[in-house]
Amino acid sequence: MGKVWPNAVALALVPVFLFPVYWMFSTSFKPSSEILTETPTFVFTPTFEHYGTATGVDMFWTYVQNSLTVTIGAVLLALFVALAASFAIVRMRFRGRKGLVLAVMMAQMAPWEVMVIVMYLIARDAEMLNNIGFLTLIYFVMVLPFTIWTLRGFIAAVPKELEEAALIDGCSRTQAFFRVIFPLLAPGLMSTSLFGFITAWNEFAMVLVLNKESEAYTLPLWLTQFQSAFGNDWGATMAASSLFAVPVLLLFLFLQRRAVGGLSAGAVKG
Amino acid sequence: MTVHTQGATPVAEESPPPGTKEPAGGGRSGGKGARGRRTGNAAWLPYALIAPAVVSLLAFLGYPLVRNILLSTQQLGRTEMISRKTVWTGLSNYTDLLTNDAFWTVVVRTFLFMAVNVVLIMVFGTLIGVLLGRLGKKMRLLLSLSLVMAWAMPIVASATVFRWLFDTQFGVMNWVMRSLGFEGYEQHNWFESGFSTLTIVTVMIVWASVPFVALNLYAGLTTISGELYEAARVDGASNWRLFRSVVLPMMKPFFLITTFLEIIWVFKAFAQIVALNGGGPDRASETLPVFAYVEGMAQMNFGTAAAASVLTILVLLIAMSFYFRLILKQEEEQ
Repeated sequence: MGKVWPNAVALALVPVFLFPVYWMFSTSFKPSSEILTETPTFVFTPTFEHYGTATGVDMFWTYVQNSLTVTIGAVLLALFVALAASFAIVRMRFRGRKGLVLAVMMAQMAPWEVMVIVMYLIARDAEMLNNIGFLTLIYFVMVLPFTIWTLRGFIAAVPKELEEAALIDGCSRTQAFFRVIFPLLAPGLMSTSLFGFITAWNEFAMVLVLNKESEAYTLPLWLTQFQSAFGNDWGATMAASSLFAVPVLLLFLFLQRRAVGGLSAGAVKG
Repeated sequence: MTVHTQGATPVAEESPPPGTKEPAGGGRSGGKGARGRRTGNAAWLPYALIAPAVVSLLAFLGYPLVRNILLSTQQLGRTEMISRKTVWTGLSNYTDLLTNDAFWTVVVRTFLFMAVNVVLIMVFGTLIGVLLGRLGKKMRLLLSLSLVMAWAMPIVASATVFRWLFDTQFGVMNWVMRSLGFEGYEQHNWFESGFSTLTIVTVMIVWASVPFVALNLYAGLTTISGELYEAARVDGASNWRLFRSVVLPMMKPFFLITTFLEIIWVFKAFAQIVALNGGGPDRASETLPVFAYVEGMAQMNFGTAAAASVLTILVLLIAMSFYFRLILKQEEEQ
């Protein structure tokens, strides 16, 4: 069996998966006169003008700030809360532990998209519409189950003996945790928070329903509004999409191995 | 459990008031554990540690779920909204929905949409996953990277890109169709019907979801020892036979779990549809979650919307219960 066919098929598939991403970037650098053509152009002199248009929109930096606030806020909160919970789950035996594990597992698949209406009514009654803090709390709970779930695995991977040795050496339990376990968890915390970052950065359904006033938009919402406002300015729209997508694309490239390995470790073992 | 030396460190003496909840917030000054150490694990400690997580899950997930069910038995429209009156109507929202042809159209559409998507994702994902295993190193890296890029594209960003690719006037797709010699693709509107809109949503979802299946399948395949293939080859197995008798049984848990995951994800698809065309034209590309959103936000029929979302959640729960049973079974086997 030669390698000719597989390679030929792969070569044909590469553009299929890359093209939309390529087209987004290339349009964002194309002069307008070469975007609005019936026959697409592939060779052009790049321009940065569309990025100027996109970032020059009123309050663009507010949206960046909002997105960063909700994302980082949600991830940090989730890390703190999940660290405590997953430590208890892994290292302690208490009544209701199994139930908690099951609940966390189910919450991971929570149908948030389907609950937007009731969330709207709850937020309205609590006068929390257009509130970035409230949105942060929702995102925090969205990423929490997943964070607990992954950290649980990472904590379980730290040998118990290390902790015991630290206790013998006279550390308190808290000291043992922060001096011995925590540093070993660093890679786990990294990849867990990157996943949380991606989830919160991309979230669209909640912010669409809860934050209707433009001061409270996040970037995904800004992007859809931008598109309807700028209609046929595809250069600017694609520049806006690129600006929004680049952080996630980079994170994914960085995460790739872990992302793939993570699932196969958990799900493929039969 | 582990009770060993105590009080050896001076740091441990300056312990803060007992009942301090989060060790995670404590920083490195330490010392909180002194009490717990002496008594093994204080009985309250695990509960204190899980309390923040449990409380937030109950408040932001449990409570909304309960509220959703209550809401589905109320009549809540524009009038009730303004007068702030609660009108209980029992199951009438459900009977209204279930006797409404338009709702059943959405239900049928949702299931068809889900089935088509999941089948396409699994078939293409599997084929490409197997293909990855048969490539040379460089080609594999190239294909993996392009898969990762498609996987990583944020949904809202890909929705704007797909709108641009399928633009009526200057979209690349119309040009491609014309170049391939098809008639009628001058200014063809790809979003003119619900069916064509959902077709584009499908292309977008499949494009973005295939990488997950392909890359993970490939990662799983690499754990199968090469000797198994060789043995099968020596026995004269064809490619198909190899797939059916070696890959499929070895990877059965992977296929089952991935299929369930994709069913749940596609069923919940919301941003893809809303960001692409808002469920239009004329509500013709709405699936259940989008239907609930439009009923609620645009039509102000919050009770009906809640009933629709409760029904959607029920369907999801059924799919999830199968998924969880599988996961639990796997955990036990390990």
